[in-house]
Amino acid sequence: MLLIHCPYCEAERPELEFANAGEAHIVRPKDMSQMSDEDFEAMFFIRDNPKGINLERWRHVHGCGRFFNAIRSTVTDKFLKTYKAGEPRPSGDEIAELMK
Amino acid sequence: MKPSSTQPFRIAKRGALSAAREVQFTFDGRSYAGLEGETLASALLANGVHLMGRSFKYHRPRGVMAAGVEEPNALVGITRDNARHTPNVRASVQELYDGLTATSQNRFPTLNFDLGAFNSLMSTFFPAGFYYKTFKWPRSAWDKVYEPFIRRAAGLGTAPSEADPDRYANRFAHCDVLVIGGGASGMMAAKTAVDRGQSVILCDENPTLGGWLLSDTDVTIDGQPGVQWAATMATGLAAHDNVRLLTRTTGFGYFQQNMVALAERLTDHLATPGPALPRERLWQVRAKRVVLAQGAIERHMVFPDNDRPGIVLAGAAQTWLNRYGVSVGKRVGVFTACDTAYQAAFDLAEEGVDVPLIADTRPQVAEDILAQAEEFGIEIITDAQMTGTTGRLRMNSMIVNGDREEEVDALITSAGWTPSLHLYSQSRGKPQWDAKTQRFVPGQSPQDCVTVGACNGATDLQTALHEAALAVGGKPADFAIADDVSIAGGMIGETRMPQKRGKAFVDFQNDVTAKDIKLAVREGMHSIEHVKRYTTNGMATDQGKLSNMHGLAIAAEMLDKRIPEVGLTTFRAPYTPTTFGTFVAQATGPLFDPERRTPIDGWAEENGAVFEPVSLWRRAWYFPQAGEDMREAVDRECQTVRKTAGIFDASTLGKIEVVGPDAAAFMDIIYTNGWSKLKPGRAKYGIMLREDGFIYDDGVVGKLSDTRFHVTTTTGGAPRVLNHMEDYLQTEFPDMRVWLTSTSEQWATIAVQGPKACEIIEPLVTGQKLDNESFPHMSVAECKVCGVDARLFRISFTGELGFEINVPADYGRTVWEAVWTRAKPLGACVYGTEAMHVLRAEKGYIIVGQDTDGTVTPHDAGLSWAIAKAKPDFVGKRGLERPDLKAPGRRQLVGLKTTDPAIVLEEGAQIVDDPEQPTPMKMLGFVTSSYWSGSLGHSIAMALIEGGRDRIGEKLYVPVPDAEPIEVEITGTVFWDESGERIHG
Repeated sequence: MLLIHCPYCEAERPELEFANAGEAHIVRPKDMSQMSDEDFEAMFFIRDNPKGINLERWRHVHGCGRFFNAIRSTVTDKFLKTYKAGEPRPSGDEIAELMK
Repeated sequence: MKPSSTQPFRIAKRGALSAAREVQFTFDGRSYAGLEGETLASALLANGVHLMGRSFKYHRPRGVMAAGVEEPNALVGITRDNARHTPNVRASVQELYDGLTATSQNRFPTLNFDLGAFNSLMSTFFPAGFYYKTFKWPRSAWDKVYEPFIRRAAGLGTAPSEADPDRYANRFAHCDVLVIGGGASGMMAAKTAVDRGQSVILCDENPTLGGWLLSDTDVTIDGQPGVQWAATMATGLAAHDNVRLLTRTTGFGYFQQNMVALAERLTDHLATPGPALPRERLWQVRAKRVVLAQGAIERHMVFPDNDRPGIVLAGAAQTWLNRYGVSVGKRVGVFTACDTAYQAAFDLAEEGVDVPLIADTRPQVAEDILAQAEEFGIEIITDAQMTGTTGRLRMNSMIVNGDREEEVDALITSAGWTPSLHLYSQSRGKPQWDAKTQRFVPGQSPQDCVTVGACNGATDLQTALHEAALAVGGKPADFAIADDVSIAGGMIGETRMPQKRGKAFVDFQNDVTAKDIKLAVREGMHSIEHVKRYTTNGMATDQGKLSNMHGLAIAAEMLDKRIPEVGLTTFRAPYTPTTFGTFVAQATGPLFDPERRTPIDGWAEENGAVFEPVSLWRRAWYFPQAGEDMREAVDRECQTVRKTAGIFDASTLGKIEVVGPDAAAFMDIIYTNGWSKLKPGRAKYGIMLREDGFIYDDGVVGKLSDTRFHVTTTTGGAPRVLNHMEDYLQTEFPDMRVWLTSTSEQWATIAVQGPKACEIIEPLVTGQKLDNESFPHMSVAECKVCGVDARLFRISFTGELGFEINVPADYGRTVWEAVWTRAKPLGACVYGTEAMHVLRAEKGYIIVGQDTDGTVTPHDAGLSWAIAKAKPDFVGKRGLERPDLKAPGRRQLVGLKTTDPAIVLEEGAQIVDDPEQPTPMKMLGFVTSSYWSGSLGHSIAMALIEGGRDRIGEKLYVPVPDAEPIEVEITGTVFWDESGERIHG
């Protein structure tokens, strides 16, 4: 069972308290009515599903209830970092630094 | 019962248990005597019994080989009663208690005479991959002949005939250092850690700490015999507050971030377990550092006929002798490729056991060993090969180099020691091949995990103790160690065989021979993972603890590759077989899936309700009166509601309080409907979509004020709806000042429905007039009911005049009883969920999840009116514009009437236009809801049908297996009171 650091509780808690909530940093456009069908498809249906580093959302559902983002490797399951919702997407350099 | 034997192979005054109590036990119905606390295998050996099982495939007679968990052959059933029968217990680890009842397995009719042994004669016809080659054709035989055949042959042991009555426990623990394995190095690591102020958990699968020191009577540490040194260490550790010692506890699974699962066995060794004791306990330990001190497992020699009862591992013979005082035979031969077997042979000879011959594959043996052998008068043949053995149920002789036959009743063998990499590998560590010593040893640890001692490749005690101290940051101390025999050396793979006669077993339990592995390679299996699956090498309950390295070496030789190029099969949890009880712990019976009950549940039970599960809830299904069946009860309940009134426990409805200055704006985003302009005191039926435009949930929402909404959801939908709302609030609209609170459990909800609903509740309500002008349909008010703060809705899920009273849950039953006291004399009834379903279906009200399935839009469901088209945005608005969702021919919700009014359709039944068409037929849609309507005198149904609303009036058909298709007519969804007048009273 993984230990996950909740950036709101500022504590490591067991995986049992959390729920995965899919890929992170998918922005719901302000004016969705203007979206083309292709853009909608890309936004709503298409996911990266990478082997390796994945930016994903988690919810501390049996804890503080907050959604947050995480950098996790889908190969090792290892969490490199968790951060609050709304904080910017980590740069490639930052991720590379964390992987060292 | 008198013991039938006087333990002729027991050696008095040898072993730690020599003073133990004598107890009686039975094996296959025969009574024996043994010592309390020794293993079943050792007790049987003391009585001269080697034959303990039959192999899986060939049913060959097999004896016990090992003294630990690696034992492949001696699997027995242990029976306490019909419910407490444990199959496949290794006799080598089962502790003996008074009255223990054991039976052998995989034989018919008896262990001595097994008809299944016919397979052994036919073995030429059962080569590796036999199943894959044979059970291919004809196709028609797959399920009629082959599957029953394979099923009968498959499986080991028998399951108990009754449910498990025992209790299983579960604990979580944290520590600085978790040590797996309580041998010399494990105890050293634990002691060093605790001396440095760290908290320690030490577990060992055996009942006593000490590991190999318990079996080695020669070694001394600082002048003390090893076994005494171990006892002193164990006592010292036990005295420490900061140490938890767990014996009879197997570390069986190593997971992420140093989480290790341990299975503790608390009662399997007791004659009469205390009723308060759990049988087993699962420990989920999170350790800052894990020290693996699992030790090493001795390998057997792979030579022709190496599986006769009487052939055992040398280390096992040493354990039985030195711990339990049991000799494996009267005249014992030795076949070895390393030094440790000599120690076992000398220990036996020291007790007067005849050891005539040691066959050693090595060209040379150390001088001091030769000298010792000479002292005992033991002949040694070096550069030796064993070419066979004789005997059937017990070995009679060993044959060396083809011509030298020596009569023996037991043979001890050793091909060397394999470091136990199981948990290291489970921790995702990559074993490294050490070409010099021909072993896999641990490489780097991907977690904070240190391997020490024999499982790390140490071959002597001093090195093991050094590693242990270093592992937890301590300073290694030098001990004065004497008479320590190195476990280095040995061989892997098949011994050289001049004559190709007899089966040389690699995997005993699954009957895999060296020849099978070679055949698999010849037939194209070039990866060890393929060889393993093709031959089933290492796939038995012992998971190849003896066989994996030999199998690998044979395959590598055939492939002419280095061993690491062929690869090592993956080690997986559990390390040893672990019961389901351990995993499940208390989550059985009513705790398997906890049941939620409403505040009114007790009243329903007292009043004869029949219940049904709805998501996690238990709900009153119907309330049969004397002599009524379900249909009669539901008919009466429905018709009483329509004629008079009924009361219904709707407390399971999901409820969410949406509060804050931006509450209305938030509701506008989440629901398709408009909420900003709704007046406080009014309620509305709301639909919630996912972003893709499909219906996600629905429910009535009351607007209590401009900043407060009382939202209801479907019974099963409450948690996901709240999650959905929180998701949008936190991540898409974090600036909105809105707070969401689940109140499902806080409110009890009592629905009062029917023409007399107002008359029933009016005297109970204060603070709100109930007439049509003051409180019209779809109103909500905060008032008092029976003097209790209440939220009263004027609302209907039946099509009749109706109210829903919400009161704090603690008052639920009191208010319910007060309402019932009013309702009963007026001729009203209590109704359950089935009547609720019929009543709503008569009105065409949908249930999300029953009449919708995640691919239904509001337009499909006939709910276009609930979409506020003028709103600039709501979740699902863009999704609804997708071309497929606007395309013609989508399935639409319609009503169905059967031509024969008595037929009630099956929910889920498919619908076609021409029942005579060839199969596969074109399915137009399916039935979503179907009931008998007593009020209407005919059945009613709803269905999703392609272009359904344009087909109203058409006749379609529901095909039925082996019967005439049922003719149905498509109708609108409203069957009762189409004009909707009754709702206004």
